[in-house]
Amino acid sequence: MEEEKILDALRQACPDAVLSAEVSLGDAVAVIRGESLTAVAEFLRGAPLSLTFLLDLTCVHHPGRVEAFEMVYHFLSLDTNARIRIKAGLPAENPEIASLTGMWKNASWLEREVFDMFGVRFAGHPDLRRLLLYEGFEGHPLRKDYPLRKRQPRIPLRKAETK
Amino acid sequence: MTTRFEREAQPESLLLNMGPSHPAMHGTIRIMLELDGERVLSSEVEIGYLHRGFEKTCENKSYFNLLIYTDRLNYVSPLINNLGYVMAVEKLCGLVVPEKAQIIRVLMSELSRVSDHLTALAAMAMESGAFTVFLYKMKAREFLWDVIEQTTGARMTTSYIRIGGVRADLHADFAGACRRAVAETHKVLKDVHGLLDKNKIFLDRTRDIAVMSRADAVSYGWTGPCLRSTGIPYDIRKARPYLLYDRLDFEVPVGERGDNYDRYMVRMKEMDQSLRLIEQCVGLLEKMPAASTADGLAPAEAIRMARGQKPVRPVILSPNLEGADRTVQPEIYAAAPGYVLPPKDETYTTMEGLINHFGYFMKGHGIRPPRGEVYFSVEGGNGELGYYIVSDGTDRPYRLHLRAPCFHVVAALEQLIRGRLIADIIPTFGSMNMIGGELDR
Repeated sequence: MEEEKILDALRQACPDAVLSAEVSLGDAVAVIRGESLTAVAEFLRGAPLSLTFLLDLTCVHHPGRVEAFEMVYHFLSLDTNARIRIKAGLPAENPEIASLTGMWKNASWLEREVFDMFGVRFAGHPDLRRLLLYEGFEGHPLRKDYPLRKRQPRIPLRKAETK
Repeated sequence: MTTRFEREAQPESLLLNMGPSHPAMHGTIRIMLELDGERVLSSEVEIGYLHRGFEKTCENKSYFNLLIYTDRLNYVSPLINNLGYVMAVEKLCGLVVPEKAQIIRVLMSELSRVSDHLTALAAMAMESGAFTVFLYKMKAREFLWDVIEQTTGARMTTSYIRIGGVRADLHADFAGACRRAVAETHKVLKDVHGLLDKNKIFLDRTRDIAVMSRADAVSYGWTGPCLRSTGIPYDIRKARPYLLYDRLDFEVPVGERGDNYDRYMVRMKEMDQSLRLIEQCVGLLEKMPAASTADGLAPAEAIRMARGQKPVRPVILSPNLEGADRTVQPEIYAAAPGYVLPPKDETYTTMEGLINHFGYFMKGHGIRPPRGEVYFSVEGGNGELGYYIVSDGTDRPYRLHLRAPCFHVVAALEQLIRGRLIADIIPTFGSMNMIGGELDR
């Protein structure tokens, strides 16, 4: 099993970081500590796994849990065609994780979207602000405690500035 | 309140707002430009004008009901979006789809891919001034969409590919209609090659403009035709074959330089490959039995004969006419009660059928995949279209996330237009094929 090999390599390289690792529905899935994300990502990107492609980055909100925010990363290797899903839990209060913008360029927009939708902060992001929603939007809509039909207050008209 | 972009701009440079309502910013996207004369010093791309809370909406809809929202993601190739979602749910539930349904799914995704590429290149050519090409390509797209419309009943919002199969069987003359559409598209592609390939105006605006290196394409997460234009032959249909793609014969065209022209050329060559795939699938389909036996009868007569108390002759209706009729059609739907739509005829005539029907549609019942999470991706028109679904065992997804291919492509726009002229933005943006529905979700 190719997936098992990837997970074994990850377990050996970062024994402290990996909390659990299993193959779920044919996908390699590893749960890691949030603070060791950068080390894990660097290991995955380098040889021998060469998972050089950040496919996707998103978040799931579980309001009842201690680690209420679960970051989900998908990596892909163009050489070996292998994939892995990395998950990291973050606390409900002030969720923050290291930014991957230094390693992947698309991480910038992906992290801005997660910040926009979930309010997770990314340490080291050069320009962390809302991406899809506007400045002045109240709350983070993809959190489970954000009501589906909540209405937003009107924002004041922005005056054109003259230099 | 000034933005970071405004604060960082040089005091002597001109700030210009391009979009969100600009004829070349199809979809709505805003590009703030910092200009020195006509040269772009820096820029900031602002997206989200078409954001409609797709993911939040899906978390509050049942698995069956949210299918229609996937139509509206990439509205030029809705069938591929249906397919990606449906196959993610099928992976989660472990459903196996009959072979005929798989052939139909390949056919539909390839027809959509061609129409997606046609639309992308038509818009790109039109914005570069080649209006004839636009009209030619729209004509070709109409031929393909006629086939799609005859099959699915809709041009854009199809909702045709369903969990466990496809909604309806093909109509009797599908193979012929498909072959005619393919032949017409070939003609149009030949004309377009003649009009653009060596056209001085088109070459000047696309050749060596907005060049993307391989390393940057990977770093930006580019997939699909844009990634392949830089020379990396990554295609999910080859790398992780789904449906019948491992049995079909096709090639993955790649570019060399990663400029606008290569993105155009890769799409043109991909359309040829897609048409090849369609022809192969039509060949396969002709060996399959037809699900309907109502050929040669007028619809009203066919319905009367199928529904009558004492049928004159046993007629199985095509689901094109009246929904799945007497039985669930085994050729196009998986044998998975609880996951596929129960037959309408039983719903109206038997108590068990009625219970099944309510069990399928009632709140809290219906399709309830086991707990778990799944990521599944298909090759969409713009690249890897992935769905990440977290199921908590209820009838609604706990979390549904779309990996939109053009999100990653458009993220690179700022880099590609830096140092170029304003006029270069137009073909560069066109060659990316930004689709607002998918980008903003």
